[in-house]
Amino acid sequence: MLTVTGLMGVMFGGALGALLRLWLGNAVSRRLGERFPWGTLTVNLSAALLLGAVFGAWQVLEVSLDGLGWGIAAVGLLGGYSTVSSLSLQTLTLWQQTRRQAAANYLLTSVAGGIALAAVGYVTGSATGDVFMQVLG
Amino acid sequence: MTARHPGDNNSLKTYAAVGFGGALGAGLRYVIAIGALQTLGPLFPWGTLAVNMIGSGLIAWLAAHALMHPQGHVSRWHRFWFAGFCGGFTTFSLFSLEALLLWQRGQASLAVLYVLMSVSGWIIAAQVGHKLAR
Repeated sequence: MLTVTGLMGVMFGGALGALLRLWLGNAVSRRLGERFPWGTLTVNLSAALLLGAVFGAWQVLEVSLDGLGWGIAAVGLLGGYSTVSSLSLQTLTLWQQTRRQAAANYLLTSVAGGIALAAVGYVTGSATGDVFMQVLG
Repeated sequence: MTARHPGDNNSLKTYAAVGFGGALGAGLRYVIAIGALQTLGPLFPWGTLAVNMIGSGLIAWLAAHALMHPQGHVSRWHRFWFAGFCGGFTTFSLFSLEALLLWQRGQASLAVLYVLMSVSGWIIAAQVGHKLAR
């Protein structure tokens, strides 16, 4: 169901996520240079790991995915923090610069790494949720 | 006193443009995702696939357009459009999680299909966007 509260929550999270991506992306590019899109790669891989963890914990704690919390933290913040548009544009640009190997490496590392890290996050998040539940009794 | 270009990394204007664009992008993505869920059902993540392809096409179109019109609207508002709107509209984390969940729920072939459709869809959309601007 689309509600005004839900939409506002997602937009709030999305604004924070975009700012966080700008900040971290710039910080990583400054350190590692702009010849390869390290900034976006770092952002996307960390976002996949964190979203996997949040989802794992949410599931164990039986929190609803329709609630405002998931809207703000997952759909808004972690969804808006990560980006596919930059990934696509950077891959296309590397390809057009005839740096085909770099383009393929970037795309493959992003996708395979993202799914693998989402799985790692999921296991970690579920385990943390379990411990939390036991402590709560 | 030094004059600041609106595109400066650390100017308040940049943060406002990126935050505002990110909010609009994420909000629109949410509306599309709910619409896709209600019309097409929960079996396949159509919403995420659609926003990521549209966002990839849009950003490539904007980039080529900005390159040809350095003084144009897109160039002046590039922080809003690129890091803000397109970045917030598309999502890599939800794509990764959805692929994982399809796999985990015993729908391995759907998971592989989703990943292949997504990756090829993003790149093809970006190429189309780039060509349309030229």
